[in-house]
Amino acid sequence: MRDFEYARPASLADAASAFSGGGEAAFIAGGHTLLPAIKSRLRMPDTLVDLAGVAGLTGISSDGDRLWIGAMTTHATVAVDATVAAKIPGLTGMAKLIGDPQVRNRGTLGGVIANNDPAADYPAALLALDAIVDTDRGSYAADDYFQGMFATALADGEIVTRVGFRVPLASAYAKFRHPASRYAVVGVYVARFADGVRVGVTGAGPGAFRWPEAEAALATDFSAAAVAGLPLDPADLNTDIHAGAEYRAHLAGVMLADAVKAA
Amino acid sequence: MQTRLTINGNAQTREVAPATLLVELLRDELALTGTHIGCDTSQCGACNVLIDGQSVKSCTILAVQVDGKAITTIEGLADGDTLHPMQAAFKEAHGLQCGFCTPGMVIAGIEIVRRHGPDVDAATIAHDLEGNLCRCTGYMNIIKAIQAGARAMGQTGASAMGETAHA
Repeated sequence: MRDFEYARPASLADAASAFSGGGEAAFIAGGHTLLPAIKSRLRMPDTLVDLAGVAGLTGISSDGDRLWIGAMTTHATVAVDATVAAKIPGLTGMAKLIGDPQVRNRGTLGGVIANNDPAADYPAALLALDAIVDTDRGSYAADDYFQGMFATALADGEIVTRVGFRVPLASAYAKFRHPASRYAVVGVYVARFADGVRVGVTGAGPGAFRWPEAEAALATDFSAAAVAGLPLDPADLNTDIHAGAEYRAHLAGVMLADAVKAA
Repeated sequence: MQTRLTINGNAQTREVAPATLLVELLRDELALTGTHIGCDTSQCGACNVLIDGQSVKSCTILAVQVDGKAITTIEGLADGDTLHPMQAAFKEAHGLQCGFCTPGMVIAGIEIVRRHGPDVDAATIAHDLEGNLCRCTGYMNIIKAIQAGARAMGQTGASAMGETAHA
């Protein structure tokens, strides 16, 4: 790989100053998206700032109607955590579907949502679970945080510190996995709350999005029958070597029904 | 950059260039060539090593990122001429053909025991091998080998953290 500088800060303040030390800098969390991007020269940072040693970025806790997960918490940890399983078992199921065991041992919540790959799983969950994204500078509602392909509300050098998921009455994630990459060809996260239903879709479009028509139909009748045949406009969806937009639109309906049945 | 590593029980501090992948350090600088590079794109798992007991693709982690951690490679599993129970099971169950994927499979198998215990079933093993590719065997004997290795680890009390006689 092309050479770069490497910093191992112990605090958010030191991480911020290492990031702004000159040249192009990138934060590294689990590195399972960033390092492949550096190998292929899609990214060519001058400095990598490793967040692994920064205090206070891991851990899982429950506080009222929120489940808080630290940004550097790995998918493997979320997949086996008892608090997550007790509060939001749908999130446990989602974590188990990310990548493979080795990827889950390294990949982190914060890394995923800072990168915001359009086929990543967590963005659908954050949207459906009405999440709050806390950073070293402030806080965002998930609806404002995700801004399309690889785009977020984060400013340059801003660090995600934790995410607060609103605990639903029931939720589940259904995903049609790409068999090699294990990213979502389409993934749908459904969450039912006392005051309504939220549906997050990933993999289908240029970024994760909510599906208002599905939310309205499920709010009246939370059943797969209520959303059977519900159309999703393929005009806004992705076509690539793996699947066309019309196929993805159909698949979203299938995943939606699967998620509703599992919730 | 000064990096503290404990590799197969041997603690050392090395000067490591930041852009060095862990697998490059192991193979090119430490001559631990049992860890293989199959794809270099985080898919195949031939480069799996244990880092503090967790299996990780060593092609997708920098050597400087494992500062202060304990790494176990395939070379660190046997106790002299006595194979680790998981290695012995691969031999007994014919869990390899060309052998290229085997180091990563053995490492993944040991972590499967850590995660699921010695009585792990075949379906769970098959599911948890999704990060390891084999182009020869069709996987059936690998699954049998890991199941037999798991049972043997349970009987011998072998650690699933990867520590060995060296540790």
